[in-house]
Amino acid sequence: MQGLKQLALAGIAASVLAPIGAPAQGTVKVGIVAFISGPAAAPFGVPAKNAADFVIDELNAGKAPKPYNRIGFGGSKIETVIVDEAGTATTQVTEFRNLVQRHNVDLVIGYISSGNCLAIAPVAEELKKFTNFFDCGTPRIFEDGEYKYVFRTSPTATMDSVGAALYVKIKKPGLKSIAGLNQNYAWGQDSWSDFELSMKQMVPGIQTKTVQMPKLFAGQYNAEISALLGAGADVIHSSFWDGDLEALMLQGGPRGLFNKSTGVLTTGETIMHKLAAQIPDGTVLGARGPFGPYAPDNAYNRWFAKGYEARFQAPPNYASYQMAQAILGVKTAWEKALAANGGKAPTNEQLGAALEHMTFEGPGGTVRMAIGKGHQAIMETAYGMTKRVGGKITIVNIQRYPAELVNPPDGVKSADWIKNSFRK
Amino acid sequence: MNEIAPVLIDGIIYSAWLFIAAVGLTLIYGVMKILNVTHASFYALGAYAGASLTGAWLARGYPPVLSYAVLLGAAALVTLVLAPAMERGLLRFMYAKDEVVILLITYALFLILEDVIKLIWGVNPYYVAEPYALLGSFEAGGLTYPTYNLILVGLALVIGGGLTWMLRATRFGKLLLTVIHDPEMSRAMGVNVGRYYLVTFTFGSFLAALGGSFTAPTVSVVPGLGVDVIVLSFAVVVIGGMGSVTGAALGAAIVGLVRSISVHYVPQVELFVIYFVMAMVLAFRPRGLFSLAEPRRI
Repeated sequence: MQGLKQLALAGIAASVLAPIGAPAQGTVKVGIVAFISGPAAAPFGVPAKNAADFVIDELNAGKAPKPYNRIGFGGSKIETVIVDEAGTATTQVTEFRNLVQRHNVDLVIGYISSGNCLAIAPVAEELKKFTNFFDCGTPRIFEDGEYKYVFRTSPTATMDSVGAALYVKIKKPGLKSIAGLNQNYAWGQDSWSDFELSMKQMVPGIQTKTVQMPKLFAGQYNAEISALLGAGADVIHSSFWDGDLEALMLQGGPRGLFNKSTGVLTTGETIMHKLAAQIPDGTVLGARGPFGPYAPDNAYNRWFAKGYEARFQAPPNYASYQMAQAILGVKTAWEKALAANGGKAPTNEQLGAALEHMTFEGPGGTVRMAIGKGHQAIMETAYGMTKRVGGKITIVNIQRYPAELVNPPDGVKSADWIKNSFRK
Repeated sequence: MNEIAPVLIDGIIYSAWLFIAAVGLTLIYGVMKILNVTHASFYALGAYAGASLTGAWLARGYPPVLSYAVLLGAAALVTLVLAPAMERGLLRFMYAKDEVVILLITYALFLILEDVIKLIWGVNPYYVAEPYALLGSFEAGGLTYPTYNLILVGLALVIGGGLTWMLRATRFGKLLLTVIHDPEMSRAMGVNVGRYYLVTFTFGSFLAALGGSFTAPTVSVVPGLGVDVIVLSFAVVVIGGMGSVTGAALGAAIVGLVRSISVHYVPQVELFVIYFVMAMVLAFRPRGLFSLAEPRRI
C-alpha cells in the first residue's frame, strides 16, 4: 500500500515537473496552416495539406524510411489542428494566437503567403512558440529580423530568382531585354527585384522593357499581356502563383505571350500538368527548389511521391514537397532535442536550438539550415524547359545549381550579395 | 496609332467585362435600395455553373460553338434556382428595415453561399478554356486578341442598350421607374411593387451570373472568385452614381480606360489609380456622376 502511495505521488510530481510539450509517449499537437479555401487552395494549400496528412499518417504508423521510421515525433504520435490561411494577415495573426493560446499546440508548421509569414514571425516570437514556415518565399523574414522561435525549412525567393537568371543566361545567349509580371506584394516585388538585379550583374547593359505589378488575385490580365507583347522583351519573368498564374496562362496562351518571348515561370511546376495545353515548348519552369520533376531519385522521394500519388491520384507538387520537408525537419530536430533532454519532450527553446544549423535529408534532397543564423534553409535548385513529347509535357535541358551558388552567405542580404559578390 | 490602339482596346475590353459584372448591382440598388453583396455569390455561381456545364457539354462531344449558349443557360439556371427563392423567402420580409440591416443580411447570405460553393464544387479549380480560343483571334494595333473579347463587348452593349430601351420604351420599364421614384405611391396606384422587386432582383442577379459564366473561360474558377469583383463593381457603381445604368456604363468606361492607360504607361500606379479616380469623383460629386435626383418628402 505504501508502495502504491509512493508511486502515485511520484506520478503527480512527474506530471507537475514535466517540461512544456507532450511526454514522449503522449501526443505532439501540431498546428498546420495552409490555404484550404480561396484561389491559392487548389494549387498550393490543398496539395500541402494532403502532404501533411500523408506524411503524418506514415510517421504515426512508423512507415517512413529510415531514419524517419520512429513513430510520430520521438515515439509520440502527432495530432494536428488544421487552420485555413485564407483571409487577411490580421485574420492569420488572430488564428495563430488561437492555435497557441486556445488549442495549446506544441508547435506550428505553416504559411504559404509571404505577407502572412512577415505578419506571423513577430507574433510567434512574442508568444515564444516554435514556428516553421514551410513555403513562403520572401527573404526579408531573416534578413530584416532576428528570431529565436521562427524557422523556415524551404529556400527563399532569392534562390528561385537567381537560379532562373543563371538558367536564362546560359540557355538564351545573346539576350538583350527582360520584362516582368509579378504580384504587387512582398513575394512578387522580391522575386522581380532579385531576378532583375541578377540579370543586370550577369548581362551588363541588359534592358528592362516593362515591369508589371498587378494586385494579387486581380484575375484579368489583358492589358498587362498587351503591354508585355508590345514591349517585345526576350524574356518575361513571372513569379505569379495560384489562380493568378492559371488565369495568366489561360489569357496569355491564345495571344501567344510566351511564343514571342521566353516565359520564365518560377512557380510554373504547379500548372505543368493542369494547363499543359497552354504552355508552349521552351517555357522555363521552376519548382521553387529540387521538387516535383526536379526531385532527386532518393529513398525519401520514392516513398513520398509514390505514396502521395497512390493516395490522392495526383503527383505531389512543390508545395507538397515543402510541407513534407518541413515535417521531416521538425521530426529530426525533435528527436535530436529529445535525446539531448534525456528522453523527455523538448521545450520550444530546446527544439529551436536543435534545428538551428541542422542538416537533414528529405524528398527534395539535402536541406541545410545554413543562413539566417541557422534558421533559414538553403538547398540546390534546378530549372528546365518544357517540351511536348507525344502530346505530353516534359521537362528537358535540366540544369542544377549548388546551394552556395544561388543563395547568399549567412549574414548577407540577398540584394547586397547580388549587387556586390554574385558572379563577380 | 500603334501605341494608342492597344490602350483603347484593352480599356474597352476591361470596361465591357466590368459593366457586365456591375450593372446588376446598380439595377438592384436603383429599384430596391439594396446594396446586394450576394452579387459576388451570383457571379461566382455563374462562373462555376458555366465552367461545369460547358465542360460537360464539350466532354460529350456536342458542338463547341453552342458552348456560348451553354454559358448563357448556366447563368440562367443558377439564377432561377436561387434568386427568386432568396427574394421571396427572405429579402421581402426585410424591406421595411434600414438599408444597413439589409446590407448585413446580404453579406451573411454571401458568406453562406461561399461555403455552399465549396460544398458543391470543392476547392479544386475548374477550367473551360475552349470557348475563349474557339473563335480564333483578330489583329489590332500590332497585337493579337482572342475574338471572344468581342463577345464580351457585344454582350455589354446588348445589356446596356436593352436595359435603356426597356426602361424608356416599355410599359414595364415605365412602371419600374414609378416604383424607383416612389414605391408607396406606386402601390396606391395599383402597381404590384412586390412583383417588380422580384423581377428586378432576379434579373440583376442573372446579370451577375452572366458576368461570371462568361468570365469562366478566361480564368481558373476557384473559391473566392467573386470577392475582388464585388469590390471593383462597387467602385464602378459609386463613380457612376448608385442606381444609374448610364452611370454604371460611364463608371466602367472610366475605370477600364484609366486602368489600361496606367498599365501601358505608368504600371507603378495601377494598383491605386482606380480608387484615386473614385476618390476624386466622390470629392466633387459625392453621389456619383449620374446619381438619380432624390425627391424630398415633406
